[in-house]
Amino acid sequence: MTIERNFPIGEPVLEVKNISLRFGGVKAITDSSFSVLKHEIKAIIGPNGAGKSSLLNCINGIYQPQEGSIAFKGEVLGKITPNLIAQKGISRTFQNLALFKRMSVLDNILVGRRLHMNSNFLQVAFQLPKARSEEKVNHGLQKKVELGRALATEADFLMLDEPMAGMNVEEKREMCRFILKVNDEIGTTMVLIEHDMGVVMDISDNVVVLDYGKIIADGPPDEVRANQEVIDAYLGVSHD
Amino acid sequence: MTEVLFFIEVVVAGLLAGTMYSLVALGFVLIYKASSTFNFAQGAMVFFAVLAFVGFMELGLPFSLAFVVTVLLMVLVGFCTERMVLNPLMNQSEDTLLMATIGLGFVLEGLAQAAWGVEVRRLDLGIGDFPIEWIIDVFGLFVSALDLTAGIVAAVLIIGLALIFKYTRMGLGLRAVADDPGAASSIGIPLKNIMLLVWSAAGVVALVAGMMWGARAGVQFALVDLALKALPVLIIGGFSSIPGAIIGGLIIGATEKVLEVYLGPFFGGAIEGWAPYVLAIFFLLYRPEGLFGEKIIRRV
Repeated sequence: MTIERNFPIGEPVLEVKNISLRFGGVKAITDSSFSVLKHEIKAIIGPNGAGKSSLLNCINGIYQPQEGSIAFKGEVLGKITPNLIAQKGISRTFQNLALFKRMSVLDNILVGRRLHMNSNFLQVAFQLPKARSEEKVNHGLQKKVELGRALATEADFLMLDEPMAGMNVEEKREMCRFILKVNDEIGTTMVLIEHDMGVVMDISDNVVVLDYGKIIADGPPDEVRANQEVIDAYLGVSHD
Repeated sequence: MTEVLFFIEVVVAGLLAGTMYSLVALGFVLIYKASSTFNFAQGAMVFFAVLAFVGFMELGLPFSLAFVVTVLLMVLVGFCTERMVLNPLMNQSEDTLLMATIGLGFVLEGLAQAAWGVEVRRLDLGIGDFPIEWIIDVFGLFVSALDLTAGIVAAVLIIGLALIFKYTRMGLGLRAVADDPGAASSIGIPLKNIMLLVWSAAGVVALVAGMMWGARAGVQFALVDLALKALPVLIIGGFSSIPGAIIGGLIIGATEKVLEVYLGPFFGGAIEGWAPYVLAIFFLLYRPEGLFGEKIIRRV
């Protein structure tokens, strides 16, 4: 099935080349390379502790890999801080909710927009709850607010670290629709870490599989699903 | 009638002295908002700033130039603190930061005394510590000119800072950083600049506080301990609230003066020194988050 997309998948926009990340003697990521194409939705999957979040943190500038390079839009990022990454158009959400708890839901998004508008007008217009983000706002909405904040920075490259963690089926379905809609309507390139395989297979164009800090597969969902190494990584394999 | 007038006079003097406590407390609140840590070096910063100011004046710089140079010096101190203390300790626990500020305090105290010497200096702001005549004429109250000036300066500074943090982009950035530094930087807020701004602002507040206190009590090492008076102010007002620092200061100032005047004789005087701490203990017992602080909620 091929559906016409408003923003057809294009050239690589992010290229990760041979990066290795160590914490003391612990190897989090070993000699990993992959690229993300413009306008695609790319999932990163793998068992717990495989190095998925570390990988995002490297791209985000929180960690500096000891080896290898990361290039965004043809420019090697090198030693860079998260706020400069954000200014280049890469934004993200966090595995554990990272909202500004003392601000209202709306202000959280406005901070992302870095604008000062009359918030009352917007409040009414979008019917956003005035509650502080940690009070009275359910988990699903909080996750959405975090995504909204990342989007509000006008990033064209979004990294979502488990955007559907802790959601029920209904909320997940809505989040999927939202992610697809954003990708379709404004062409945002997305990298997402997700554990729900149904979701991953449904919404992603390509899937990278990490295991023990190494990339063991990279390709379209169907291909990856059939890959023996991936099946072994997930189900375990007997060594005899 | 004179009884009532006298009471008002005591309260007014207390409130004005309270604004000076607010000034010191304000420096703590700024840092606490940005780094969630109690800056033990704040007292040392007060001492460092005002000693440098007096030192520059002794070198022959005019008042305004000495002020500007000292402000620049405090920005430099803020810059060095960010580079050499905060940045290397990023993502460390708040306790670690707290210990680091204690160390920073010692360094600043040492540097200040090494550069300018240890003797007590006089600071003449050109405002005497005597009653203003027209207030005596109109209201029949004795209000010290120095107290009044200090009160006005403190009020302007505090209102200015409160407005900046409430309504500017920088202020919004600061609030975001205070809540979640990681998330703040992920949306493009430069942590370093915010830290530099906050520490510089705290430095300038320290300078102004030091000038006011120095003019009254002399520029001397004891100013470091004076910053301790900010502790009950913060406990009453809440550690992270600028309005709290103001109200807390006023409460402490007025209470200690009233208690000193009316209860002092029964205790043999000098209860100003400890009365604020007693008040603070009551707050700790019955309202530990202070008047304006956030409710401390822990999930079990």
